[in-house]
Order: sequence, then C-alpha cells, then structure tokens
Amino acid sequence: MPSPEPPPPSPPSPEAATPPVPSLGRRLARRLAPGLGAIAVVLGVWEAVVFSGWRPEWVLPGPGAVLKRVAHELAQADTWRALQITLGRAVLGYLIAIVVGGLVGLAMTRLRWLRSAFGGLTTGLQTMPSIAWFPLAILLFQLGEPAILFVVVLGAAPSIANGLLDAVDQIPPLLVKAGRSLGARGFTLYRRVVVPAALPGFVNGLKQGWAFSWRSLMAGELIVMIGDRPSIGMRLSQSRELADAEGLLAWMVVVLAIGLAVHGLGFGIAERRMLERRGLLGAAR
Amino acid sequence: MSPRLLPREERPVAIAVKEVSKTYGRGRDAVVALDRVGFEVHKGEIVCIVGASGCGKSTLLHLIAGLEKPTAGALGVSGGGTSLMFQDPALFPWLSVAENVEFPLHSHGVAKADRKARVAELLELVHLEGFARRQPHELSGGMRQRVALARALANASHVLLMDEPFAALDAMMRDRLHEELERIVAAERLTVLFVTHNVREAVRLGDRVLLFSSRPGRLVAEFEVDLPRPRRIESREVAELAARVSDCLQDPGHAVARAPAAVAAVS
Repeated sequence: MPSPEPPPPSPPSPEAATPPVPSLGRRLARRLAPGLGAIAVVLGVWEAVVFSGWRPEWVLPGPGAVLKRVAHELAQADTWRALQITLGRAVLGYLIAIVVGGLVGLAMTRLRWLRSAFGGLTTGLQTMPSIAWFPLAILLFQLGEPAILFVVVLGAAPSIANGLLDAVDQIPPLLVKAGRSLGARGFTLYRRVVVPAALPGFVNGLKQGWAFSWRSLMAGELIVMIGDRPSIGMRLSQSRELADAEGLLAWMVVVLAIGLAVHGLGFGIAERRMLERRGLLGAAR
Repeated sequence: MSPRLLPREERPVAIAVKEVSKTYGRGRDAVVALDRVGFEVHKGEIVCIVGASGCGKSTLLHLIAGLEKPTAGALGVSGGGTSLMFQDPALFPWLSVAENVEFPLHSHGVAKADRKARVAELLELVHLEGFARRQPHELSGGMRQRVALARALANASHVLLMDEPFAALDAMMRDRLHEELERIVAAERLTVLFVTHNVREAVRLGDRVLLFSSRPGRLVAEFEVDLPRPRRIESREVAELAARVSDCLQDPGHAVARAPAAVAAVS
C-alpha cells in the first residue's frame, strides 16, 4: 500500500540520557490522554443535558454548535483584535504584579517588622474579591485602561508576594548553612542558594498570581468597557445583550482555553522540568 | 602505616578551643550548651568527639566553623577556614554533582578552567568520576555523602569538621567511607574533627577520642588511640578500647578526668 505521505521524521533523541526515554510523541500522548478523556466526558455530559431538553437550545446550545461557533469566530479579524487587547492587558498587568508583588515580598522577607505589620494585610488582600475593587478603581481612574490594570495588579500581587514569603520560609536551613560554610555570603548567598532553593515555592505563587490576574481581568472587562477597544469581556457582554447563547458559550470556551493553555504550557512545562531536575516529581506520585 | 613525620606535639595547632562556653537564651530559660570547653587539634590529626545527644557537639562544630559566636572563650583555626559536613549531605538539588563540587570553588573566585580541573580531580578522589553530570537525587545515600565530601574538600581549607556524616548510612557503606576518609585525609593532609555518637566509629577513625558529657556539654575525658592503621571496626583492639570509652560515657565520675588509662599506656 503506497502511503501518500512520507513517514514523519523521528524526533531527535535527547542526548544519551542513560535510562531509555520513550519517544516524544508517545510521551506527549501519555501526558495528554487523561486530559483529553476528561474533556470528552465533560462534552458528553453537556450534550446529555442539552439533549434532555432542560432548556431550549437557543438558551443552551450543544457543544457541537458552540465549537463550530468558536471556529467561526476564530476566523474573524475582530476576534483576533479582541484577543490581542485582552492578552495585552493580561501580560502587562501580570508583569506589573510580578514586580510589585516580588518587591513587596522581598522587602517582607528581609524586614521582620514590615512582615509582622503587613503580613496579615497581604493575606487579607488576597481574600478580597477583585470585583469589589472596581467601583473604587472607576472613581480613581474613570472607565479606562488604568482602572483595569489597577485591579489586575491588586488581584495578583498579594499572591505573588505571599508565594515569595512562603517559598523563602520553606528553604531548608541546612542548605543555607551549607552555602555559608562553602564561602557564599551576602548577595552571593542570595543569588546562588536562597533564590534557587526558593524557586519551586515562588513558581507556585506565580501560578496562583496568574489565576488571580486572569480572573480579575475578566471581571474588569465585563465592567469597564472602553468604546473602541474590543475585548473578550466585551464580547461576552455583547453576546448576553443580544441573547446570543452560542456566542456567549463560544467566548467562555475561549476564556477557559486561554487559562488552561497558560497554566499547562507555560507553567506546567517549566515546573515539570524544575521538579524533575530536583527529583521531586517521582516522590509525589 | 600512616607516615608520621613529627610527633603530634611538635606539629602546628590547626584548631584551638580555649575555655569556650555557649549559652542559648537568657535568664531562667538559658540553656548552657557548652561549658568551658578547651582542647587543641594538631595538623594532620583525626580527633573524634563522642557524647550523648545534647552534649553540644554540633554547637561546637558550628562555633568552630564560624556559623555561630561563642558566649565566652576563644576559638582559633589556622589558615583557610574550615569545611563543614553534616549527617545530611545537604547537596544543592538544583545543581548537578559536578556543579555542587564546583560551588565552593566559585565562591572563592577560582578561574573557570581551574575549577573544571579541580572538580574532576576531586570526583576521582571520591571515586565518582562517572557521575559528574548526574543530579544528586539520582545517587545513593553513600554516593551523595561522597559528593558532599568532595564539595567540602573543594572549599580549599585543610580543616574538615564532620557532624555525624555517616550516621544515616548502612554499616557496609560506612565501613567503606571510613577507609576512603582515612585515605583522603592522608593524601590531602587534612585535619579532621569528627563528631559521632558511635563510640566504635570514633575509635576506628580517631587518633584521639574526646568524651563529652551532656547538659551542660563538658569535655570529661580524652583517649589516645594508638592502634595501627588501617583499622577494622570489628577488630578486638577497637572493640576493647570502645568498651572502655563506653564505660566512661555511662559513668563519667568513674573516669579520672583527662587522664584515663589509655593515655598513660601510650606515653
């Protein structure tokens, strides 16, 4: 049987790792299979609920119609402009949150009095629903980009600061002692022992910070709408106003997909590599 | 076996501990960890400290390493500082074996090419040449402790402070590491202060054994171990001397402080 396509080139084998590593394709398949299975189950339940006739289909369309709509939307230039604006805000807000949260967290690890004074407050801020900030943000910045950024940063920065604090708390004191006795002092000790030792905990904080900033951003975009700046939130809101259930659900799928993609592809891979290198992955299983 | 160029008293002092006391806390809550401890370790010696838990053994090593300050008394270490080894290898899990050994060289500003050469040399010394690119978690407990030893040796000091370094290892691995330590100490001309709660280990390794009492930690007796090297931990001579040290450990009042029979027998 002549095959129309040449066989796919085998992926380059990672250099001489002694335990034989299965091929990249197989590893990916093994990693993705459970997730894909779960998605299939969710779609099945969704389809079943629609099929039961609990709500008419123009209020609750099935997954087939919604996914078709997602594909349709993704073919529109408008959609990409909305995604671009939303993701631009997400990235900018998140980066500012990392800087602010990182600096605040760092200051609190260094200064005990600062921590005892503001430590509880940061945790309190973390529990504050970000949507509760919007009225104030709108008063301060009017309906504009700064209002959204303000809330996104406030939503994410406390998690990042707290993540950094926890991470530094959990550094094994023995490693710091070892570092000092091996000649690393002051800034060098920080750079070569404290920071790498705190990294897994800090990445956790970053992850949580991303989740908070993405949530805050969605809340913000539903409340603060700026005329010529389409966004995911704006499209969600418009769909509701037009009673376009299919569009609404399509945009919700997009929100979920972006959140998952950042979590899985961004953090997932980086974290996995870090834990694998330190031998922390096998132990957790 | 080991070449002794000079009798101990004529060799320079590597570690001097003079009337050192260490108290934690204040007032009513104060805990005296060490009470006026004094001794000297000469260059090239292996001196073992034994005592029950709470005798301030670890505190003493931390003081000598400069990680803590004594409440009273004075400490001195000749040139180059000290290297400290713990019961836990305390390897940096984000670094490979070679990078762990390289760490102190980096701290001391050794040039890159020299670092690589020295790392290779040290890994060879602890018989881990083939494991340079592995991560610590891929090694067995004994191998990790050997990496820790190589890393301590890379610290470029000739005074090695060891805090129960082999306590977590099985007996066979410990015996092998005793032999390796003995060989490396001779080859690199190191001075070792070795803390353990295992009396036989102390007698197996030490040129001298210092006995500490608990709460407060005091130096109560000193034993000269004049058995030829290499020694075996199972040998009758080691067992006999260990039994004497143990007796003294259980009943310090029984011993004549600082002048037990062993010293007299040697000199």
